[in-house]
Amino acid sequence: MKVTQISIFIENKSGRLAEVSRVLGETGVNIRALSLADTSDFGILRLIVDNTDLAKETLKECGFTVSKTEVVAVEVPDRPGGLSSILQVLDEANVNVEYMYAFVERSAGNAVIIFRFDDVDQAIEVLQANKITVLPGERIYGI
Amino acid sequence: MIWNDEFETLPREAIESLQLKRLQQTLERVHATVPFYREQFAKAGVNLEQIKSLEDLQRLPFTLKQDMRDNYPYGLFAAPLDQIVRIHASSGTTGKPTVVGYTRRDIDNWTEMMARSFSAAGAHRGDVIHNAYGYGLFTGGLGAHYGAEKIGASVIPMSGGNSKKQLMIMQDFGSTVLTCTPSYCLYLAEIAAEEGIDIRSLKLEVGILGAEPWSEKMRDEIQEKVGIRAIDIYGLSEILGPGVGIECIEAQSGLHIWEDHFIVEIIDPDTCEVLPVGEQGELVITTITKEGIPMIRYRTRDITRIIAEPCICGRTHRRLQRMSGRSDDMLIIRGVNVFPSQIESVLMSIEGVEPHYMLIVDRDENLDTLEVQVEVNEKTFSDEIKVLQKMSRTIQDAIKDMLGITCRVRLVEPKTIARSEGKSQRVIDNRPK
Repeated sequence: MKVTQISIFIENKSGRLAEVSRVLGETGVNIRALSLADTSDFGILRLIVDNTDLAKETLKECGFTVSKTEVVAVEVPDRPGGLSSILQVLDEANVNVEYMYAFVERSAGNAVIIFRFDDVDQAIEVLQANKITVLPGERIYGI
Repeated sequence: MIWNDEFETLPREAIESLQLKRLQQTLERVHATVPFYREQFAKAGVNLEQIKSLEDLQRLPFTLKQDMRDNYPYGLFAAPLDQIVRIHASSGTTGKPTVVGYTRRDIDNWTEMMARSFSAAGAHRGDVIHNAYGYGLFTGGLGAHYGAEKIGASVIPMSGGNSKKQLMIMQDFGSTVLTCTPSYCLYLAEIAAEEGIDIRSLKLEVGILGAEPWSEKMRDEIQEKVGIRAIDIYGLSEILGPGVGIECIEAQSGLHIWEDHFIVEIIDPDTCEVLPVGEQGELVITTITKEGIPMIRYRTRDITRIIAEPCICGRTHRRLQRMSGRSDDMLIIRGVNVFPSQIESVLMSIEGVEPHYMLIVDRDENLDTLEVQVEVNEKTFSDEIKVLQKMSRTIQDAIKDMLGITCRVRLVEPKTIARSEGKSQRVIDNRPK
């Protein structure tokens, strides 16, 4: 039930993001979800794509530092309080969230939240025990 | 004013005959007491009886900073420890500093040379000397202090840092002479402006500025902004500390080097040939009165030339042109000697970090800044910001521990730092010359 995300180190200078998207576009890799965390000097671009291995290899060949990370995708009803109930469950079970980002699913109209946990397996267990929908990787890569 | 009329105005022939006598004594001393020199002389096939003139000095091998490290800590001392009354040290490449020791007589001679230097800069009894050179292992603070007391001035042992307090003391105590690095002098002027203090209206008359290279342009700026006469002073701990040479206030052009204590040569740093007087090259100094740690043909790596023309001040000791650079890659950042190799060894000591780095030196509001660019690689990369920031801090702390200076660490993408065959470009120095 895990989703593989790739993270790319981006120096804070103009054109770097454009370069990543150009490389992926030319290789035919489609970006499904993304988030950018930044500091004054550098940023970390996190992507979920339809072909993780191809994306990683291509970016590496172009000189980027890339790593793979396991994250968890959770489906949330697209209405007020949707996120809150999930975070409450995680809090009660003492599961620590490193970071998260969200997007809205086109077809189903639900929100999808990507979580990065310290302990992925424990987090999935807690979520499923509380009847929260954890989406398999294939669902996300194919959105 | 000339502090020591007899010695500072000796005719050239008298200086040279004194130099030869003292050189021969020094050579005998190191030959008898320092195994390193005995081996060096033997390797070069030199017998001390062959040293009959000052030119014969050229037969002797050079001494390098590396030789001091190889003989750490006391291996080059020419006096037993029970005759050493002071030990100083400067930062070293691998964490080990270079160590120097002074006998009672060495301290007396140093004090005399600093007294001459203060006098040459126009300081005298009645002055309030505000000494902002660092006190401690660094030679600057104590070296200047003893000389200031010797001439009968009132010395304020401020040491460095705490700029607002420095200004308060300057105002309240009526400091007339300031000793610090030239960049710190300008920095004080800016802090004063921020604090609404008119630094030009203070009693300061003279700044005795050294421990880093500076330019005529910077002198003009200091004299204008601070309202003082800015005097260049030269020294290095391996040879003495501050007071090896100084500009006289009459000419403010070229630094008189105390030739009754030192012999200077200028060499081509590549061929090591001694160059004719007046040509620019690397300064080599031989100490001829030191007992604790005499130095024979020490390569300073500083680039200068000898000015043999007589000076209007009446001193007969020749002058060195203001240091114009280095023949090695040493940087002087806020008065601290920094070799790129020191930064490299710090980086190598941190797990996963590769020695691909670039040093960007700049000057921001008259303070030197150092940025260390380090490439992120697959081993050190994390998708969590906090992990990368922690790595930056670890590097920053390690550099601070080793060199005592705060730098900014900037993580950059891999392969962005140019790789080159042979000597790689590790430093970009953007400071105004």
